[in-house]
Amino acid sequence: MAKLLILGGGIAGQTAALHARKQLSRNHEVIVVTPNSKWNWIPSNIWVGVGFMKQEDVVFPLAPVYKKTGIVYHQAKAISIHPEGNSESAVPYVTIEYTSPEKMGQLDIVQYDYLINATGPKLNFNATKGLGPEFNSHSVCTASHAESASSALHELIAQMKKGDKKDIVIGTGHGNCTCQGAAFEYIFNVEYLLRKNNVRDKANIVWLSNEAELGDFGIGGMHLQRGGYITHSRVFTESLYTERSINWIIGAHTNEVEKNTIHYETLNGEQKEHRFDFSMLIPPFSGVGMKAYNRIGADITSELFAPSGFMLVDADYSKKSYEQWSPEDWPKTYQSPKYNNIFAVGIAFAPPHPVSKPMFSTNGTPIFPTPPRTGMPSGVMAREVAFSVVDMIKGKSDKPTRTASMAKMGAACIASAGAGLFNGTAASMTMYPIIPDFKTYPDTGRSLTYTSGEIGLAGHWIKHFLHFAFIYKAKANPFWRVVPE
Amino acid sequence: MDVRKPYEQTYYPPVPTKFTQKLRVNFLYQFFRFMVLNLKMLRMVRKH
Ligand SMILES: Cc1cc2nc3c(=O)[nH]c(=O)nc-3n(C[C@H](O)[C@H](O)[C@H](O)COP(=O)(O)OP(=O)(O)OC[C@H]3O[C@@H](n4cnc5c(N)ncnc54)[C@H](O)[C@@H]3O)c2cc1C
Repeated sequence: MAKLLILGGGIAGQTAALHARKQLSRNHEVIVVTPNSKWNWIPSNIWVGVGFMKQEDVVFPLAPVYKKTGIVYHQAKAISIHPEGNSESAVPYVTIEYTSPEKMGQLDIVQYDYLINATGPKLNFNATKGLGPEFNSHSVCTASHAESASSALHELIAQMKKGDKKDIVIGTGHGNCTCQGAAFEYIFNVEYLLRKNNVRDKANIVWLSNEAELGDFGIGGMHLQRGGYITHSRVFTESLYTERSINWIIGAHTNEVEKNTIHYETLNGEQKEHRFDFSMLIPPFSGVGMKAYNRIGADITSELFAPSGFMLVDADYSKKSYEQWSPEDWPKTYQSPKYNNIFAVGIAFAPPHPVSKPMFSTNGTPIFPTPPRTGMPSGVMAREVAFSVVDMIKGKSDKPTRTASMAKMGAACIASAGAGLFNGTAASMTMYPIIPDFKTYPDTGRSLTYTSGEIGLAGHWIKHFLHFAFIYKAKANPFWRVVPE
Repeated sequence: MDVRKPYEQTYYPPVPTKFTQKLRVNFLYQFFRFMVLNLKMLRMVRKH
């Protein structure tokens, strides 16, 4: 009997757990350790943040799903990994701390034969003074953050209806943020909401971001073939911002958020500030801060994790300049180079380097997006790693049997630009490969056949449909496997 | 869209014509795009 322990019950963890449980006989145990009692379809938090959906619409309780599927569930957070066991036993284990009301704060250990780390990001609001819902800016990264952003926004709209003019800033809260796509969706949903409430003329909306160019999205942007031209996403993005009368500040590292003022540094080294009445700034992400210890209790965290806190896997982490980067640097099996029974998927794995070109201000401040790992690739790598582990448990191989390199994977992404069944819009994008490959596709880094983008109501319908489809799948309802990752 | 002013950042990007804007929310055309987009995404799913 083998024990597969999955840390994190988010998009990647849930995918890995459901696939592994389906593939393994009941002699084997699949265990999930995750601190939340509810699963959250994070992409729809955007709609909670504008009041189009409620928090309850984007979450559901995990316990019944795990009970139904026979997955062992600990509502707890992993604190440390002990891949060699301890002085008394060589069985590897993870120390956990319960977060459920009944057992809050209690420590325990969970032994494993195979471990998949899918703990996602720590929302590192502390990286910027005054950033985050506890201080001076809003967030939509969790459903509850999004709900409080929505309340604040609706209060603001009420004031605008009385004739007040307001300044709104949406974007990134640090020079090294990723997830620009989420802020992009939010700014357009806010703009749409203001129009719906007939107060658009009362708001000055500004995009503030660490991207060197609009439309970078942490992937260096992408080229699309449209209207007889091969055009960079920058042009399409600038067009959309112009159409919706949104100004942009780019190449900006937010270094402090005061009650109504954002202080930021630009790539040309200037220190500037911007006034606001409402701001939603995505925080930078780091690993969740798990530790690792060897058999004698010595700290081996730096052997398992990168300094960012993300887990080291089979990527090429050697220091290289932008010009030396290669698609081959990206991990394929997501196996830890140190322990072959440990894997990391989704946001939890350490990327070898960014995708966007690193930029530094004239003062040396790094201002560039870190690489995004969106829902689709997170799900795909989780599924493939689950299959590899299943094969290893079944004795088919002692090595991972599946690969899911982001350099060989495509992604589809629907970015909402306003939620209305008849007049909503979304930017629907597909790209292949996610990691640009300038050897195979010399001018653009990506296939022009498989990379596409368009704006329209159809995208909104798809986004809305996917909301229900992915929640259906995560609940492991009948035929859940028909819904792709 | 507010009036675009020369030499300001929003002066330069292309903007959609009224026709393009209408097409983006035209039910029939978008129903057709819905089919096309789903096929494109399925093609992406099949690529891994
Ligand atoms: C607002 C927003 C909108 C987005 N929109 C889109 C979109 O439209 N399309 C798209 O493709 N992607 C989107 N993304 C990105 C997408 O949400 C992520 O790619 C995806 O959630 C990554 O999955 P994950 O499982 O790695 O991390 P998560 O989904 O964050 O899951 C991590 C899990 O680990 C748990 N955890 C944390 N610490 C511990 C610990 N110590 N021990 C155990 N468990 C732990 C967490 O509670 C969580 O359940 C969006 C992200 C945000 C923030």
